[in-house]
Amino acid sequence: MNWISNYVRPKINSLFSRREVPENLWTKCPECGTMLFHRELADNLNVCSNCDHHMAITPRERFQALFDGGIFTEVKVPEPIVDPLHFRDQKKYTDRMKATQKATGEKDAMLVAEGQIGRTPIVTAAQDFSFMGGSMGMYVGNAIIAGAERAVKKKAPFVLFSASGGARMQEGILSLMQMPRTTVAVQMLKEARLPYIVVLTHPTTGGVTASYAMLGDVQIAEPNALICFAGPRVIEQTIREKLPEGFQRAEYLLDHGMLDRVTHRKNMRDELITILRMLMRETPAVKADLPSPGKAESTVATAATPPATTAAKA
Amino acid sequence: MNYLEFEKPLAEIEGKAEELRAMARKTEGMDVEKEAAALDRKAGELLRDLYRNLDPWRKCQVARHPERPHASAYISALFTEYTPLAGDRNFSDDHAVMGGLARFNDQPVVVIGHEKGSDTKTRIHHNFGMARPEGYRKAVRLMDMADRFRLPVITLIDTAGAYPGKGAEERGQSEAIARSTQKCLEIGVPLVSVIIGEGGSGGAVAFAAANRVLMLEHSIYSVISPEGCASILWKDAEKMREAATALRLTAQDLLKLGVIDEIIKEPLGGAQRDVDGVIASVGAAIAAVLKDLDGRKPAELIRDRRQKFLDMGSKGLAA
Ligand SMILES: [Zn+2]
Repeated sequence: MNWISNYVRPKINSLFSRREVPENLWTKCPECGTMLFHRELADNLNVCSNCDHHMAITPRERFQALFDGGIFTEVKVPEPIVDPLHFRDQKKYTDRMKATQKATGEKDAMLVAEGQIGRTPIVTAAQDFSFMGGSMGMYVGNAIIAGAERAVKKKAPFVLFSASGGARMQEGILSLMQMPRTTVAVQMLKEARLPYIVVLTHPTTGGVTASYAMLGDVQIAEPNALICFAGPRVIEQTIREKLPEGFQRAEYLLDHGMLDRVTHRKNMRDELITILRMLMRETPAVKADLPSPGKAESTVATAATPPATTAAKA
Repeated sequence: MNYLEFEKPLAEIEGKAEELRAMARKTEGMDVEKEAAALDRKAGELLRDLYRNLDPWRKCQVARHPERPHASAYISALFTEYTPLAGDRNFSDDHAVMGGLARFNDQPVVVIGHEKGSDTKTRIHHNFGMARPEGYRKAVRLMDMADRFRLPVITLIDTAGAYPGKGAEERGQSEAIARSTQKCLEIGVPLVSVIIGEGGSGGAVAFAAANRVLMLEHSIYSVISPEGCASILWKDAEKMREAATALRLTAQDLLKLGVIDEIIKEPLGGAQRDVDGVIASVGAAIAAVLKDLDGRKPAELIRDRRQKFLDMGSKGLAA
């Protein structure tokens, strides 16, 4: 099924030189330098049409493309105590939070939603790298627990898209405690015999990789995603040698037996539907008759629509 | 005696007393006891002052003190019939993690701990207590065994963190840590953890998702080292004092936050000043917890452990 709409790409590279690029309408691919028109980029799920580089995508954009008709309902996440450690580095944590919330339009670094993909009910959570590097604090822990509980209640599979620099240092030990907390969430799914699929996206590192992001029944990664516990710079400093090409990238982990699959973002939805329906012992999905995604607005009523969400309007 | 940077004034006084006494031993008829005793008193007062209000960064230094007793010291003093069990059945045996069967007050248990080593040779042998995936996988194997044979598990936490190496990453460091944490949460036997030195991040939590987490008075438990935090958030590794304070990594703060259950008092001047004393205190604390958990059903132990972590952090520091 071609769920990315048939869209005629403007011949952008020949039309404009870089100097004439209007602000925000164009994004330069950080890999190959190609200038990409925003609408085309959104239709392509933020994947460079020239070199296939997978750029960051917000949870909302991802969900709009993932769910049938782009329709999903947010799962409410219990709000944790604000700034539990009264943390202050060069700035106050509460000030950093307010600024990030304003810039992203989101409460924290994870969005949880439910709906259908290929007529298969699922609960899903996606981590938002644009929100403080997707760092894991109390809210992210609460989000995963809420998602798992919702999945158990609905007897639906849980799909998690990870993207994180690791723990949120400003929540100190409580951020570390999200490793066992989220592991309890995974246990709930396991005991309910519900599939837990992890999609690792660029980058997934530190305590996130060393907890819920490595405990899926099926582990899928997006191409070239950095997936590690210790980052390459830390390792180079420790062992004082240069690391091999592609080290800690998705394909490298696949080669070393740490992943089940590396899947292009444009094929991810179909693949998830196929796998989930088999694990749920459902009939094969009829993928062709579904309303094309990206047309309908989501049914989200609570949070403000962030400025970055353009996919639905494209 | 190995003195820490902030103990330098103490080192001077104690050194003077020692010198006086050494001189007296060599010189017949010389009596220095009065002066030496005065110096001892002065040293004692200074020690009390220094340790009465150790700031978090000083605590980090005490927690990492080279003479602080490590897991092997606790195991040989508190356990009998210790039978080390090796290997992850997959790749190798990780010497940063020691563990096996043993008796604690005659009761058979499984004991697992990070071992840092105590001199250059043993430190290298134990990789400074920084485990590779094989260490966590060995622990998972031992916890599984404990679960099957209904033996309580005692873990002794003392690590700067999991080893950041090429092979460790290739062999799935993250997965190994995640599975170890998961195993802690799954077993139907009492799991008691004691943070005896450094509780460094994921490498520590992998053994510490326990029914009860005890902590020595001057131990630390943190998501990141103060040095690492300083270089990331302050962009200046020299700000480790500020970072150590902000991170709330002391036993006292962690008790307030509900992350640990109990603080075990250390001898004045830190565990290294009375190794036998501190080991005995830890032994008594473990015995009390095991007694308290005795007779609980597997399902109850699992449920309580999970609930404890689900509830964690809901109160913040105000609690
Ligand atoms: Zn490109």
